[in-house]
Amino acid sequence: MEKSPIITVENLVKNYDKFEAVKGISFEVKEGEIFGLLGPNGAGKTTTLEIMETLRDKTSGKVMIGGFDLEKSPNDIKHIIGVQLQAAGYYPNLNLTELIKLFSGLYGIDVNAIDLLSKVSLVDKAKAKYKELSGGQKQRFSIATTLINKPKIIFLDEPTTGLDPQARRNLWDLILEIRSTGTTIVLTTHYMDEAEVLCDRIAFIDNGKIIDINSPDQFIDDLVASGFERKKEVKKANLEDVFIHFTGKDLRES
Amino acid sequence: MKIKKYSHIKSTIAIARASFKSILRSPSAVVFSLLFPLIFIVVFGFIGGGGITVDVGLDNKSDTINPIYKTLNQIKVVHFVVEDDKTMNQDLEKGRIDAVINIQKNPNGLPAYFVNVKYTEASKEKGSILKSVLSNVILPINTKANDAPPPVAELRETTISGREYKTIDFILPGQLGFALLSTGVFGTAFVFISLRLTLVIKRFFATPVTKASIVLGEAIARIVFALFTAIFIILVGHFAFGFTLINGFTTVVNMLILSTLGLIVFLGFGLAVSGVAKNESIVPPIANIITLPQFLLSGTFFSISAFPTWLQPISRALPLTYLNDALRKVAFEGATLWDVHHQILILLIWGIGIYALAVKVFKWE
Repeated sequence: MEKSPIITVENLVKNYDKFEAVKGISFEVKEGEIFGLLGPNGAGKTTTLEIMETLRDKTSGKVMIGGFDLEKSPNDIKHIIGVQLQAAGYYPNLNLTELIKLFSGLYGIDVNAIDLLSKVSLVDKAKAKYKELSGGQKQRFSIATTLINKPKIIFLDEPTTGLDPQARRNLWDLILEIRSTGTTIVLTTHYMDEAEVLCDRIAFIDNGKIIDINSPDQFIDDLVASGFERKKEVKKANLEDVFIHFTGKDLRES
Repeated sequence: MKIKKYSHIKSTIAIARASFKSILRSPSAVVFSLLFPLIFIVVFGFIGGGGITVDVGLDNKSDTINPIYKTLNQIKVVHFVVEDDKTMNQDLEKGRIDAVINIQKNPNGLPAYFVNVKYTEASKEKGSILKSVLSNVILPINTKANDAPPPVAELRETTISGREYKTIDFILPGQLGFALLSTGVFGTAFVFISLRLTLVIKRFFATPVTKASIVLGEAIARIVFALFTAIFIILVGHFAFGFTLINGFTTVVNMLILSTLGLIVFLGFGLAVSGVAKNESIVPPIANIITLPQFLLSGTFFSISAFPTWLQPISRALPLTYLNDALRKVAFEGATLWDVHHQILILLIWGIGIYALAVKVFKWE
């Protein structure tokens, strides 16, 4: 069954002075899928994401999110999306419970902080400050803050960058779990294995343009069909599998 | 899905509450706004208790069973110091004591006593105070002596009963004003620049909160914090050091209203500084350029009238001068807010100017 698009981006253009960061890209994100934006640094991924997140003005093009036109009703969009920024901090000197209270106030709703923290297994850190958390815990908390307003769509910008393999796998499980509740997820990543595990569909972006959109499997099959061969013989496991085999899947954080 | 009507009040309060908690937990805010002024108040409260004293060395050879010594000893201003001759001379040279006195009986009859006073160049002012004290003491003793000629003129002194203007009455409003200035400028500038650099504000913008709610929420938190500080400072000053609150509760309320007004103006400075500074390390120099001159020149420690005349116009241009002035008038003279409308007006003009600048230079990201 083909699901209806929850996000449509048509001919999106973003110029910074003379520099064209996004040069007329178009794509659709279907309801309930995990959609990946992949590409090298400076390709325009974050810019595209931030325009959809209502954080940046577009130069031209049309963006519809959850039935709302970005141009006309950005405030309605803010109510139905959750946003995780790359390297964002949180209000200083507050503990996790207080931060969640702050965010629920910003959304104008009441949220049970402990319930929310239990979704990301951070209940025992309820009274800890954000800066006291480990890298993986920080990212899990960031994701928790995107869920406060029970959004239809969440945007994750490089959610696993800088994490160890255990924490990365833990976060994958969390992302898949959130998707299983019906939430649509748009994410960017530099890890192809991550995109392969998580994403239903991927858009490759380079130089502000979309090169192609497809499912990870289809992309790989197409490349193989074109006669591509890896230089090195492919083994049945890679070094990361060895790492996990040696050190286990258990999270390493206090 | 039905979206409940979004409440801007709720989001503003959420920010105010978060900001207030954050202020209470930040050591610099508490030190600068509470501890710092309190230390000054305690120090000046203790120093200021005694008023002026003149330290007078009592020469070891001096006669002490005479009416002159007895009278001098009863005068509060005169504080006799007894030490050996050598140290006394050294202390006199260095101005550690202000004069040395030696009273001798006249072996040849009249006048009955010679009062030898040695003053020092190192302490001229206190010397002249002693001079007038001495002439006040000796004159009546002379006239009381037998067969003295009738006085040509009789001095009739009256003192009106006024309130005693204590050091604390001057120091406390100045410290309160300065606490408000540092909360407004340093606190606000640091917070906004760090919220901007750590992308906290950017993350806020992904929620439905408005810019006005963010600024207002931060302002409310600072005002509430500053009012607590003000109340605390006033109460400590009043109960521990006898700070004069001429109309009691009304005076406190008026002082708090002035404090709020002053803080709102100073918040504008903080917002402007956060816009001008590119990162956190540039905040202290810029903020100090704003606060330090006002700390020294706005009558925080010394009355402006004690400054050289060329400096006074500068003092009279600074907003803290008018806040301090208004606070003192309200607390000590019992002035109403209407009585200090001139000061309030100048503060408001500063406020309009600084907010116009802040709106221009303030950066959200």
